[in-house]
Amino acid sequence: MEYFIQQLINGISVGSIYALIALGYTMVYGIIKLINFAHGDVFMVGSFIGLYSAKYLANAGLPPIVVLLLSLIISMTISALLGISIERLAYKPLRKSTRIAALITAIGVSFLLEYTGVLILGPQAKGFPDIMDKKQYHLFGSSIQVESNQIMILLTTIILMLVLQYIVRYTKTGKAMRAVSFDVEAARLMGINVDRTISATFAIGSALAAAAGVIFGMTYNSVDPLMGVMPGLKAFVAAVLGGIGSIPGALVGGLLLGTVETEISSLGFSSWRDGVAFAVLILILIFRPSGLFGKNVREKV
Amino acid sequence: MKKINNKFWLGILTAFAFYGIVKVLLTTEILSDVNQSMLLLIGVNIMLAVSLNLITGITGQFSIGHAGFMSVGAYTSAILTLDYNVPFIPAILAGGLLAAVFGVLIGMPTLRLNGDYLAIATLGFGEIIRIIMLNTEFVGGASGLSGIPAKTTWTMLFFFTLISVVLINNFIRSTHGRACIAIRENEIAAEAMGINTTRYKIIAFTIGALFAGMAGGLSAHTFYVITPGSFNFLKSFEIIVMVVLGGLGSTAGSIVGAVFVTLLYTYLREFPEWRMIIYSIVLILMMIFRPSGLLGVSKFSFGKFGKKEAKANDAIKSSGTP
Repeated sequence: MEYFIQQLINGISVGSIYALIALGYTMVYGIIKLINFAHGDVFMVGSFIGLYSAKYLANAGLPPIVVLLLSLIISMTISALLGISIERLAYKPLRKSTRIAALITAIGVSFLLEYTGVLILGPQAKGFPDIMDKKQYHLFGSSIQVESNQIMILLTTIILMLVLQYIVRYTKTGKAMRAVSFDVEAARLMGINVDRTISATFAIGSALAAAAGVIFGMTYNSVDPLMGVMPGLKAFVAAVLGGIGSIPGALVGGLLLGTVETEISSLGFSSWRDGVAFAVLILILIFRPSGLFGKNVREKV
Repeated sequence: MKKINNKFWLGILTAFAFYGIVKVLLTTEILSDVNQSMLLLIGVNIMLAVSLNLITGITGQFSIGHAGFMSVGAYTSAILTLDYNVPFIPAILAGGLLAAVFGVLIGMPTLRLNGDYLAIATLGFGEIIRIIMLNTEFVGGASGLSGIPAKTTWTMLFFFTLISVVLINNFIRSTHGRACIAIRENEIAAEAMGINTTRYKIIAFTIGALFAGMAGGLSAHTFYVITPGSFNFLKSFEIIVMVVLGGLGSTAGSIVGAVFVTLLYTYLREFPEWRMIIYSIVLILMMIFRPSGLLGVSKFSFGKFGKKEAKANDAIKSSGTP
């Protein structure tokens, strides 16, 4: 039982990384119906920016918590700008084009980010600096361990989720986003600046992916230019699992996927982990095509 | 009708002329090794692209798992020739058939999904096949199979490619092919016209998988080694890229796309660090400036954001009907 709970805790900390990336997918898909394959690579870029800013700031002799916060903010800001420019340069010219053309472009952007990364940074993995000292706590005197890192990850995720929830529910941009995802044309008629709303969506999604990147670097201590591919796909699976377009769905999907994966690994099937993730995806799609939290939209005749 | 037939025989004649020229070049050993293997790769890629075009371009079902079918064919035929000494042609056919069986198995449950969801499900299936291969010791696990006899000759490859292109093209022109095109254009209308959409989608999936499997077998017997990693979703993307660059829905386009992508890949090999970057920029620019592909004839969409329906909507709006 304790072992199970231990794995559950580990699973939640992996899952919150998926959840953060999945939010970006789900928001972009909800608004322009595009599977943004480049999202996993924005996560990678965010991780690298986090790495370099953390190194630089730590050398400047700042206290660890400030280093962490500052590198998170720097990484999120630059990645948000990256997300906006990707949308402006690659996706916007295709807005009236076919879905498949947009999808191919997304794949192209994904390759471009990955291999520009390889060209600049080299293909080898780089070590992520230890920003915070890792401490281990025992829950209620039992043998269940919680690392300070895991607490920090969970805290960051929860705070970011709350901020996102606030933005989407109560700000003007958030209301515009919901309106656009409901009906683009009607939103435009109501005077909403659709282009700006889409840019904002990309900015927020990319910032969340960058935060996930920094957290990922701190957890696994190793980053490389191709690291975005698998977490990107998994996060997408998480988004579909929860019901694409739904923000709580992305959160639940991410946590669920992370937990299932960790439990599978702990049972000794770690090489089957990715396969199980996709099998879960297919089962969900077959039995509940719109995901756990998705609305079932009837096709119009 | 007459005109189509003339075009058909002209195509066959051109193909044979090309075959003869290459055969002469091969026997006189003018072609370098690199160009030889590139020729074989082009043939394999043509089969892959044409078979995916049947699924995606003609029937309108977006599949990102084509490499999965390819790997089933590659592994089956390689194991048959390696461990059971089965002759080359039956081994390739067996690989294709098993892939077709997988096509039916995957097609049945997933084809109820449409658009993006089908794409994701097929991507998932492709990855699952890869992971099963990766974890099965019988097929070599992560290190894959090696020492596969290099039995794919130019003649073999040429005839396999020619036959698959002709068969698929004739299928597209048949009644069944028309039914598939109807499904692509409007599934609900097709259903209302009495077309059994599920059946045709499964047929398209199965035929596509059959030829992808054979292409996999041929490529396994060209390059000595197969590993699960060579059939990941990047390979599936590559096949999609060929079809889309050539022009969705056009067989000639798929062939041109396959040749173009293979040439681009081979000649950029000298600049490994720039290869993928140039490749991706070509992709993006192509989609922005010529989304219908090099030889694209038809534009169609997978959803309500497509051009065609947008145009139709505009027409409805301007005519004033609600």
